Amino acid sequence: MKSDIKLFENGKRLDGRRPDELRKIKIEVGVLHRAEGSCYLEWGDNKVLAAVYGPREAVPRHTQNPLRAIVNARYNMAAFSVDDRKRPGPDRRSREISKVISEALEYVILLEKFPRASIDVNIEVLDAEAGTRVAGLTAAAVALVDAGIPMKDIPVGCAAGKIEGKVVLDLGKEEDNYGDADLPIVISPRTNEILLLQMDGHLTPKEFDEALDLAIKGCHEVSKMQKEAIMKKFEKEAQ
Amino acid sequence: MTIIPSIKKDYLIKLAKNGKRVDGRKFDEFRNIEIEVGVVKKAEGSARVKIGNTQVITGIKMDVGEPYPDSPDSGVMSTAAELIPMASPDFEAGPPREDAIELARVVDRGIRESELIEVDKLCIEPGEKVWIVFIDIHILDYDGNLFDAASLASLAALMTAKVPAEQFELGEDYPLPLKEPPISCTSVKFNGVVVMDPSLDEEEIAEARLTVATDKNGDIRAMQKGLNGSFTVEEIKKVIKASTDNGKKIREQLYKSVGK
Repeated sequence: MKSDIKLFENGKRLDGRRPDELRKIKIEVGVLHRAEGSCYLEWGDNKVLAAVYGPREAVPRHTQNPLRAIVNARYNMAAFSVDDRKRPGPDRRSREISKVISEALEYVILLEKFPRASIDVNIEVLDAEAGTRVAGLTAAAVALVDAGIPMKDIPVGCAAGKIEGKVVLDLGKEEDNYGDADLPIVISPRTNEILLLQMDGHLTPKEFDEALDLAIKGCHEVSKMQKEAIMKKFEKEAQ
Repeated sequence: MTIIPSIKKDYLIKLAKNGKRVDGRKFDEFRNIEIEVGVVKKAEGSARVKIGNTQVITGIKMDVGEPYPDSPDSGVMSTAAELIPMASPDFEAGPPREDAIELARVVDRGIRESELIEVDKLCIEPGEKVWIVFIDIHILDYDGNLFDAASLASLAALMTAKVPAEQFELGEDYPLPLKEPPISCTSVKFNGVVVMDPSLDEEEIAEARLTVATDKNGDIRAMQKGLNGSFTVEEIKKVIKASTDNGKKIREQLYKSVGK
């Protein structure tokens, strides 16, 4: 899709950011009463809520694994979260995203501790503005910590992309619509292992290396914010 | 994991430690590929692809319909995959489950993001009538690596597809307008080794999967990581290189098969 919009002017992006600058991120832990763990996250104009239930008996029973727990992430977009109303319920896109998020979370959770159980992670996108899958996973990871689920690391997501031939961090809405490529990833920040990676668009191998490097740096920045938010909750509890 | 796969897993890992695979291939080597086009008469384009014992048919059907409101002068493409019970004892009938959805969407992304189909040439009346291209993938025999088989069959089917203009009284039939095809190559990782074009045995013990679609210039057009394992940055770079190299060979074979 081509447009007349200029995504870059005087080294600044449409929303005034530098090429390697994240949108503003706000993370709150423990925002819901019933859920065992929850997180509210704002990432630019994205607003995402994540809630964790479990470990609890996996149903239907044939989904149970006698040796370990399963992770059941459900990424869902609210009907009002996008410009044209989205028909409620899972569609192909959301089912694919749910699958790759579940897989990324399974890597860090100590699943063997809970045979036959499911850990259910609900991700609701309330307001969507590009990058909802990494925002959703980032929130889900914090909600898992809040629920006390044992994990070997707190996974974190961030995207890099290409606009007007330049590799940039964390695409905004117009950049995503009119840009050349998008590379959302999720990493385990302690080891830099890559747990989720998708790419669409057009990148040369050199641009890919640059984008991956930038996205990993972005992940580490977001990781710090996750930990600060969790710390804040502990401080509040101690009072 | 049941007992037989766990013994098999030990065996595959033992082989891999000695640099070997169960069917004698190198780590970055594909199985034999066969591409046959024009296998379904009723379809606008079709192809059967075999990668080893894995077998997939893609059929292309076209129809005239309304464009999306945000792209009133572009044709529409839609990709669906069916894991029919014929192909494996583990496949069930019924609406597509998440595996089939991921498969269709990864194939779709490779085709869409490389702008293979020139959708701007599929407009009949702006805002009113455009061509809709349906890519339907049928898995006939599942012996690993459905992603690449499905993608290759879809490319071959598209490259031999004719727009059925006569049937809709829109002039003569003509070949579907296409650009350069991206070639998708899939690797899996188990126990620290990464192998290209996994067989079913290898897929069953895989911890992580990575699909990379590259174009003629060696640029990357789509990627998808799957399963609950991880990759290091170095492994990803190696996979990209191996995908570009294999992609080159597969591209040549594809062109030959479709007579171009």
